[in-house]
Amino acid sequence: MQSTSKMRSDRRKISFLGSARSGTTHNAYMRLTSLALLPLSLAFVVMVLQLANRDYNGVRAYLGHPLPAILMLLFVGAGIFHMQLGMRTIIEDYVHGRHAKEWALTANGFFSAVLAVVCAYALIRIGLS
Amino acid sequence: MSETTPQNAPREVERPLSPHLFIYRPMLTMMMSIAHRISGAALYVGTLLLAWYLIAASLNVNSFAVASGFLHSWLGMLILFGFTWALVHHFLGGVRHAFWDYGIGLDAPLREWMAQATLIGGIVLTVLIWLIYFTVG
Repeated sequence: MQSTSKMRSDRRKISFLGSARSGTTHNAYMRLTSLALLPLSLAFVVMVLQLANRDYNGVRAYLGHPLPAILMLLFVGAGIFHMQLGMRTIIEDYVHGRHAKEWALTANGFFSAVLAVVCAYALIRIGLS
Repeated sequence: MSETTPQNAPREVERPLSPHLFIYRPMLTMMMSIAHRISGAALYVGTLLLAWYLIAASLNVNSFAVASGFLHSWLGMLILFGFTWALVHHFLGGVRHAFWDYGIGLDAPLREWMAQATLIGGIVLTVLIWLIYFTVG
């Protein structure tokens, strides 16, 4: 009883067992992105309605304007950060296998990062063309 | 602590989970919590469509025609209708959470009212947005 606990380092005893004190930051970013998305998602709906029936040139002209471009970039940035945080919570709630959880969280991070870069790249490309 | 475990082997401990979902009587506020999560997850996947649309618009006429064509097909419209509902519902659910963060609306009557308002508001605003699309757009 005594010997086993002596052989295990303090670090080893607590690893993977819970809080790494990142919860407060997660919560703060969730609230911060939520607040940002309040006006941004309203702007997004308006922009999508204005884009809906435009042809190729019309869409490029619209998204080429600074205001829609910047609002769309902000929406994509805040939105994807927000959804990454949300999916992290879902994974932590439902995926309990240690390796499965780590891989799911990694995939979530990669997916979100790729999506954010793809959207930003497209918008900047349209804006600068 | 009576049993010994190999020192370096990763331990897969079967920890008990709190009983949830299935032991409770279904209630509106609980359903709304689930709907908030599901709509969030749907938006997560739906963002792929936005990325596809934007990258297609940034490339050339043909790639844009494919993306735009899909989004204007009946399947695309159906997905976009669902996306609209998920966005509006999640938006209103988020507003509800913001009130809760400040301790407002936690008592039963207001809690129920907000749950109903989110549910009905989500559907009404979704229909409204699509009405705007079909009439003005």
